[in-house]
Amino acid sequence: MTTAPPIEAEVLPSGLDGLLVRFSRTPDPAAMAAARRFAAALEAAPPKELAGGQAEIAPALVSVLVRFDLERTDRAALRSTLERIAGATVQGPLDMPDPARRWTVPVAFGGDQGPQLGQVARALGIGEDAAVAEICASDLRVLTIGFAPGQPYIGLLPPRWDLPRLPEITPSVPAGSVVVAVRQIVLFGADSATGWQLVGRAALRTFVPDRADPMPLQGGDAIRFARATADEIARLSDAGDRMGGARLEVLR
Amino acid sequence: MSALQIKRADGILTVQDMGRPGHLAQGLSRGGAMDRLALLEAAALLGARAPLAAIEMAGAGGTFAVTGPLRIALTGAPMAASLDGAPLRWNASHALLPGQILRIGGAQQGVYGYLTPAGGIATEPWLGSRAAHLTIGIGVVLAAGAELPLGPDPDPGRPARALTAAARFGGGTLRLFDGPQTALFDRRVIEAFYATAFRRGPRGNRQGVQLEAGERFTTVQAKGLASDLIAPGEVQLTGDGVPYVLMSECQTMGGYPRIGTVLPDDLPIVAQAPPGAVLHLRRLTLTQALAAHRPEADVLRDLAGRCQPLLRDPATIPDLLSYQLIGGVTRGDDLDRA
Repeated sequence: MTTAPPIEAEVLPSGLDGLLVRFSRTPDPAAMAAARRFAAALEAAPPKELAGGQAEIAPALVSVLVRFDLERTDRAALRSTLERIAGATVQGPLDMPDPARRWTVPVAFGGDQGPQLGQVARALGIGEDAAVAEICASDLRVLTIGFAPGQPYIGLLPPRWDLPRLPEITPSVPAGSVVVAVRQIVLFGADSATGWQLVGRAALRTFVPDRADPMPLQGGDAIRFARATADEIARLSDAGDRMGGARLEVLR
Repeated sequence: MSALQIKRADGILTVQDMGRPGHLAQGLSRGGAMDRLALLEAAALLGARAPLAAIEMAGAGGTFAVTGPLRIALTGAPMAASLDGAPLRWNASHALLPGQILRIGGAQQGVYGYLTPAGGIATEPWLGSRAAHLTIGIGVVLAAGAELPLGPDPDPGRPARALTAAARFGGGTLRLFDGPQTALFDRRVIEAFYATAFRRGPRGNRQGVQLEAGERFTTVQAKGLASDLIAPGEVQLTGDGVPYVLMSECQTMGGYPRIGTVLPDDLPIVAQAPPGAVLHLRRLTLTQALAAHRPEADVLRDLAGRCQPLLRDPATIPDLLSYQLIGGVTRGDDLDRA
């Protein structure tokens, strides 16, 4: 006997040359894992319908966009292939796949670097130190990259971190800001306005146009935050490559 | 290597080409020219096989000179152009010599004019494109004193050509088709949306262009929506139900619901609609949209076949200075007068 999977996949036209495979309309954790697993499956074994043309696979939070060469692609055949792979994906497992790469990113938490860490910790009912320990111990992934080049949405933090966005927008936080809300962390690539709470700062710049790799993070990368002092972050910010002491391990 | 010198910049001038596709997964949108058709027209006039990097001139042009003989094409929003005081036809190619001064005035219709050198602008590419993408700090607004390196002209002796440009400088009808979020909207909201005569709103830039009307278009399903990939052409409804057509420099991801997508072939109409221009919408099925779409390579081939020799007979100058006037040209207050 089979049971219905907890999520369903829809394959929808997106533009003239795209098909969007969507696992949920809302930011559902199982759909996030499904989107990531589906993207990994496509990258490991690209559908034969995409061969020979310009194609692009772009994973978002709970969906994956497949853009194809309009002139050279059998749309109906591609659609059935994507439906088949998505159908297999929703059968599970629906936890995040093992990462291929892991970044360790130094962050100065609290104090002037993260003035809202205190209120975040209070909302969780724990101390600031315990809150930082939870962030650093969490099995985090780059859920998607977007809004600005190279800018990661990282998650998921434990369920009690499902903090709402603030009613008041903070008009500007500096590049490198680490902000939290809705079980996610954003590491801002540029000065930004935000409704999320500012808990720390990294020296890593996720978008540096003239760096050999301008946008080094990839969707699916594991992220481990490592506590650093404000002085260490200031020193790491001086490095010419703006990698801010971030270390990359290739896991497989 | 010869260069194009900017003596004076009157509009917002940036280098633009067909953009840098292929980086959505890294959060980088394609960018590139707002009116891609204008770059195809320029390539056809210059005899180029592919579109070239050009100067996009928003609102007005400026004053230019060259350090070596150069062919150029003038396309997009018609602007009054002259070479050492003698009028130059728009939608045509012309030869410039060192010492001559090219003046390009304000847009007479439309928004974005293009000045394309025959060898293209040869600034350093970034990720395969020379297009300025100002919102993320790529490229600059060109100012007086700027000197742009040029690629070699592959065919310097090629005679000047002219072209009748497709009508798109005063609004018109946009063909749209459904996107992945159209079903979030109630059928009646979708019908009202397509029945509305919009005007190009006062808010608009390379990221998006506002469609203005009294009506608002909302969906209760916008709440709690996961952010998703967005693309040029999609019509996004802000929280208060005001539609914006996303344009070449839009972000890659957004959380606002999108009601449909403008056919790429009609995006030049959106780009070139000045504030107040009337924009009507027509809904196509995906099958109709695919049938209506023409790939850019085919468009370039057709345009190249339609180029005519540019006649220099003074008797024809008044005609040369004209261009096809457009259905849908509006004073911008038609709705008020109706």
